[in-house]
Amino acid sequence: MIVQAFCFYLFAFITIASGVMVISARNPVHSVLFLILAFFNSAGLFVLLGAEFLAMILVIVYVGAVAVLFLFVVMMLDINFVELREGFLQYMPLGATIGIILLIELLAVLGAWSLSPAGDTISAAPIAADQENTRLLGGVLYTRYIYLFQAAGMILLVAMIGAIVLTHRVREGVRKQKIADQVHRRRDEAVALVKVKSGQGL
Amino acid sequence: MDIGLGHYLTLAAILFTLGVFGIFLNRKNVIIILMSVELMLLAVNINLVAFSSFLQDLVGQVFAMFVLTVAAAEAAIGLAILVVYFRNRGSIEVEDINLMKG
Repeated sequence: MIVQAFCFYLFAFITIASGVMVISARNPVHSVLFLILAFFNSAGLFVLLGAEFLAMILVIVYVGAVAVLFLFVVMMLDINFVELREGFLQYMPLGATIGIILLIELLAVLGAWSLSPAGDTISAAPIAADQENTRLLGGVLYTRYIYLFQAAGMILLVAMIGAIVLTHRVREGVRKQKIADQVHRRRDEAVALVKVKSGQGL
Repeated sequence: MDIGLGHYLTLAAILFTLGVFGIFLNRKNVIIILMSVELMLLAVNINLVAFSSFLQDLVGQVFAMFVLTVAAAEAAIGLAILVVYFRNRGSIEVEDINLMKG
């Protein structure tokens, strides 16, 4: 139990510290790297909570895909980051006020709520203690929530097509081989018979 | 030393507040704003998984997975819009983005 508590405080502290660094780092590349650290430690928290599959998904999808996408964009765009830092202190009081109000509200909710005694009996998909997390999750996800699962796939497809449509550009003045045009060429477009009288040039 | 639901909820509340704070603090840099949104979604996920674990109900984890999906889609589209915007304007200042309207 003491090990669990130690792990929780370690992961929680590093998550929050890297969250602070994400929003306050001078260089956005560092921000992305701290975001990756926050994701890793949250994955550790998920493991502590017994959600191993989600922890691995967090590492693979977030660290492996989303954070690297951020890293690519930050590094590819030639941005003057010093200019973007202007007004950092100007917005500090407003942001701090709203942040503190929100935190106090959230903690007030946290102090006031209590679980309904019937909470244990109305569980929609109880976690069986003798089976591993991934098997249980698959059993629920592919049966009862199959339509939502498909809808999530559609969301990803739409996002993929949208991102390609947005960023794809046809550049002018670049000569490329167009196979379709070559195949669809007709004889009368390409060949012209010219009757040339003998003794004259064309 | 027993770690209860309240500990995880407090952590998620702090992380969510950090995300909101980050949006206000970095008003000019869209990339940091997107990362702050990711932090907020992460806090929501921690909430969902914590409740799922302490109430012994798997649906919270299923929902957290859908939140992950939507967050990934949002990041992809957001960064694509950012790249297109940067191509047009040469900067990513949020204050100029309302020039795009119409």
